[in-house]
Amino acid sequence: MRPLIAWLSIGAFVAVATAFLVAPTLMLAIQSIYGDDGLTLEYILSMGEYRYRVAFENSLLLSLGSATVGVVAGGLIAHAVLKPSAPRWLRSVVTSFSAVAANFAGVPLAFAFISTLGSLGLLTQWLKGLGFDIYAAGFSLYSISGLTLTYSYFQIPLMLIIITPAIEALRPSWREAAENLGASGGQYWRMIGLPVLMPSLLSGWILLFGSAFSAYATAYALTSGNIGLVTTEISNVLSGNVMASPQTGAALSVGMIVVMVGVLALSSVLARRAARWMPQR
Amino acid sequence: MATVALRRISKSYSGRQVLASLDLDLTSGELVCLLGPSGCGKTTLLRIIAGFIRPDSGTVVVAGKDVTALPPAARQMGMVFQSYSLFPNMTALDNVRFGPRVAGVGKEQQVSRARELLALVGLTEHGEKFPHQLSGGQQQRVALARALAVQPQMLLLDEPLSALDAQVRAQLREEIRRIQRATGITTVLVTHDQEEALSMSDRVAVMNEGRLLQVATPAAIYREPADPFVARFIGAGAVLPGTIEKGAVRVAHVAMLARAASDHAEGCAVDLYIRPEHVRLESMNGHIPPGSVAAEVNETTFFGSLTRVKLTLQDMPDGHGLWADLPSEQADRFKPGSRVLASWDEAAPRVMPRN
Repeated sequence: MRPLIAWLSIGAFVAVATAFLVAPTLMLAIQSIYGDDGLTLEYILSMGEYRYRVAFENSLLLSLGSATVGVVAGGLIAHAVLKPSAPRWLRSVVTSFSAVAANFAGVPLAFAFISTLGSLGLLTQWLKGLGFDIYAAGFSLYSISGLTLTYSYFQIPLMLIIITPAIEALRPSWREAAENLGASGGQYWRMIGLPVLMPSLLSGWILLFGSAFSAYATAYALTSGNIGLVTTEISNVLSGNVMASPQTGAALSVGMIVVMVGVLALSSVLARRAARWMPQR
Repeated sequence: MATVALRRISKSYSGRQVLASLDLDLTSGELVCLLGPSGCGKTTLLRIIAGFIRPDSGTVVVAGKDVTALPPAARQMGMVFQSYSLFPNMTALDNVRFGPRVAGVGKEQQVSRARELLALVGLTEHGEKFPHQLSGGQQQRVALARALAVQPQMLLLDEPLSALDAQVRAQLREEIRRIQRATGITTVLVTHDQEEALSMSDRVAVMNEGRLLQVATPAAIYREPADPFVARFIGAGAVLPGTIEKGAVRVAHVAMLARAASDHAEGCAVDLYIRPEHVRLESMNGHIPPGSVAAEVNETTFFGSLTRVKLTLQDMPDGHGLWADLPSEQADRFKPGSRVLASWDEAAPRVMPRN
């Protein structure tokens, strides 16, 4: 009876994955090479056009930047909050806030940032009153750096949630043993703490990269499509904003899948190297 | 190697005193064991010596130098932790050469020193293995080699064997002692296992409730406990409350032979401590000769070559009993329920004033 239940469960999972992951991917791939006159590479080759090249560059830059900011800041905050010397209440406050903030994205997040850091935002005006005009200094919320800052709002808490169990698993006696053997705090982190955390940091980075790379609503609400990202370009060609071309949208989606597969492959090589000391399952 | 002097060490947590003005001296090359029940302060004392905890008052002097204010990294002490605490991302060899590596020793020297130490602990073949690929005993050996790699002036062992099974524990006990003797490093071992303490140490320091009760050789601790807690905590034995009467200890209405009774004033309330190996048994043949007490065999426990016989003393309140350790072949004739005569040498029992 048990094997039957197990096979039924696996079968259900495979069916769902096929229907909602494999089949759409195959359809996208087919659509991207199939035009009105049959097989064609026209849509794939159109990815080399300036606007799509820029969209991929912007999406990569935004994803790399916000994922890296998320990993570094989230890791540092988690470390500070989980320190034995940190008050217990701080930990529960930060964890609860992170659970909310990690899911606060899209139009509400864009609006919150426009109200705060937009050209007429509260903080912008307050700083201006103090004699520091951040827009005159080169900052713009409606740029890639502005988007990176906005994305960090949910990327940092997401990383904090992901990395907390890994930081908690660092045994205090490793630190004490290192200290006892003459290591400084920096040496402990460089030689023990970070290498032990590395597999979790890499997994977290991939998750953050993926979440930024596929985000759409926040960027669109913030920039109204003025900054080309792959997701906003897909929206444009599907909605007929510029011109309707579902095949181009499919080709852009395939491009996104290729980028994600490439990043996953690279990170899995790095993760395997970083985790070579761990028990093999 | 270093001499160590702990002077008036005190430590409290949230108003609860964990260590109370404690003094202890270690001579160079000696292995002293801190023995006591859980929560007696022994690990706190070890961590104060290591520099992980600052005492509220008192000083730690190593080789004539006051190290109380120094951080752990500057104390030149090797420590072995209860849970091994090997760095999981490093091989056994890399773990052992970690200390020399952070001290800036050349790589060739680090590796050759680490290999020497792995050979010393019998792990030459396991240098390239990660901690998860080693057994508990092997991990603890690597931890010992790692602690020795920094050429410490002192070695601190925090319950190093408590996570291991009995067979490995017995084997490692001998190995640690052999290595400690070979290196001559002044060593402090913390344990709650009296067998471990008695078999490994030059001297045992028995602690309870943050105080040092007795510091002496294992034989002296066992044979001549200076404190009622030490007498109860070390080894097994019966404790019978009584009063001094005519050079003996009167327990209920029976006079028990004990030469040590003469050290106490007539009428003084005392406890009589009788170890099981001192008790002899013979079958009851009708009358009770002087120097013997009547008892009934309650139960027997087989320990291999020895059998422990639990006795209930006759005509005495509940809870007044004795134990006798007998060679197993002799113990076979004392079945539960049989009536026996128990006796002992007059010099054997300890007599101490009742608290």
